[in-house]
Amino acid sequence: MRERLRTAAVVLGLLVLRRRRPEPLLPAEQEPIVPEGSKQPRAELLALGLLLFAVVCFAAFVAVYALDRLPRQTQLLGLALGLGLLSLAAALIVTAKRLVVTEELEDDYPAFEHPEEQETIVRTAEESGSRLTRRRLFALGLGAAGGTLGLALLAPLASLGPVIDMNPFYRVPWRRGRRLIDEDGRPYRASEIDEGTFYTAFPEGADKEELGSPLVVVRLRQSELDLPPENAGYAARGIVAFSKICTHAGCAIALYRTPLYPPAEPKPALVCPCHYSTFDPATGGTVIFGPAGRKLPMLPLTIDRRGYLRAAGTFDGPVGPSWWGVRNRGAKA
Amino acid sequence: MRRRLVTVAVLAGALVLPLGASAATPAQVERGNHLYGRYCLSCHGAKGSGTPNTAPSLRGAGALAADFYLRTGYMPLHEVGTQPRRTRLLFDEGELQALTAYVASLGQGPPIPKPRPSRGNLAEGMHAFTDHCAGCHQIVAEGGYVTGALPPALENATDVQIAEAVRIGPYVMPTFSKQQISDRTLDSIIAYVDYVKHPDDRGGWALGHLGPVPEGLVTWLIAAALAVVFCVVIGKRLRRT
Repeated sequence: MRERLRTAAVVLGLLVLRRRRPEPLLPAEQEPIVPEGSKQPRAELLALGLLLFAVVCFAAFVAVYALDRLPRQTQLLGLALGLGLLSLAAALIVTAKRLVVTEELEDDYPAFEHPEEQETIVRTAEESGSRLTRRRLFALGLGAAGGTLGLALLAPLASLGPVIDMNPFYRVPWRRGRRLIDEDGRPYRASEIDEGTFYTAFPEGADKEELGSPLVVVRLRQSELDLPPENAGYAARGIVAFSKICTHAGCAIALYRTPLYPPAEPKPALVCPCHYSTFDPATGGTVIFGPAGRKLPMLPLTIDRRGYLRAAGTFDGPVGPSWWGVRNRGAKA
Repeated sequence: MRRRLVTVAVLAGALVLPLGASAATPAQVERGNHLYGRYCLSCHGAKGSGTPNTAPSLRGAGALAADFYLRTGYMPLHEVGTQPRRTRLLFDEGELQALTAYVASLGQGPPIPKPRPSRGNLAEGMHAFTDHCAGCHQIVAEGGYVTGALPPALENATDVQIAEAVRIGPYVMPTFSKQQISDRTLDSIIAYVDYVKHPDDRGGWALGHLGPVPEGLVTWLIAAALAVVFCVVIGKRLRRT
């Protein structure tokens, strides 16, 4: 048994390693098309070496994969596969450039091959239409079919957003009397809202995911408040609320800059982390920095008899990023 | 922990009394008063009364705020009105304790917190950090920008300093009450910040933990350079023989 295995190994080795010319596929009497190139034993050895290295790398990949729990396994896997692919590519490049016999041939562009036939085709096409009596109408029909096909292909673009009916953009869930609740559905009491920090609120009994739902709520000192006439009475004991959606690109206003010592530090501001649009809560959400084109929509607040915060109306402007005609109307409850 | 041990040892050695780190002696307060007069009084005024439009009153700031501002090197401030930055500490351990004790003696204020991040939950901490902190400090606490200020990276912040900053809201940072961030959640947040100081970078090269933009840039720069080299190597014209 062992004897037979050894013979098999020797035969296999000889078959793989010996140098020999391949059997020609065709009888050899004819003139060769490809001139015989000089032998390149070193390039051949290099290509074989690279292939062997690639084999080792790919095998190493399998080995590393199998030997789980190696430190830095991911990196080793990447290294093995990467080196293997690189050396395979290098072997192919060496083979192509040094081992395959190549030559450059130049060929002139051929002249027109069938001038008569071409003319015949043009005439055939022209004369085939003799049955048509209303050519113009026919062309119109063809054009209309093509045009409507194009229209059918473009029609789904309408799914990108409303073109004619902008009403959904104006609709917000906030209306008079709605309580402000936190993320867990607990209604906010006015006494819970501290100065120097910010809160996120949602409308009670409405979808939190709607663009017009989330609010950012802060409390300012009465002396800091400087609301414009159109927002007079929007604050409830210094508490002000704005849409949390930036009017520039619709990110959430997640940053509240609030000075620990106001006289020597920047004044309070709501900041959008996407492009640093900065809004002044003391003046009704006006833009004081950044790319936003409109003020932050402000929600009028009131405090009910039990101390809960409620909306006293709806936003003073449309919520979210701008669209054409955004300044024409206000938000609609 | 080690620092606290050292503190206790130093105190015990100096006073020949087995005192805890938090107990302030009259001698300490007196020494703090002396240091206050030298380094703090010009802005914060006599007995921490504050100076209008320059520096706030320290009455009621408590040991918590004093410990935070002094141990981070935020105070003494280089220039009034600028954002305090982490700098070289001006005081040694004994002086820090004396000053903290003095400021705490000016009025009723919060004590130095004792966070225990080992009790926190890492996943919960990441969730809370994302909600409250990441907007400014970046998701792995690399620091960021807000108009008018620079939220610092948290790589050098100790557990106690994080707990203090959350309650103080230094400079333009919001203040978070115990209702917003409970001490338990705070433990989790600190556990998360400690984790992201040395995160488990499965991908290998972290590129500053800034996210997909620098990763993509590096990939494209390297890949594009390699692609050009390959094109040149493969496409080189054969020499005519």
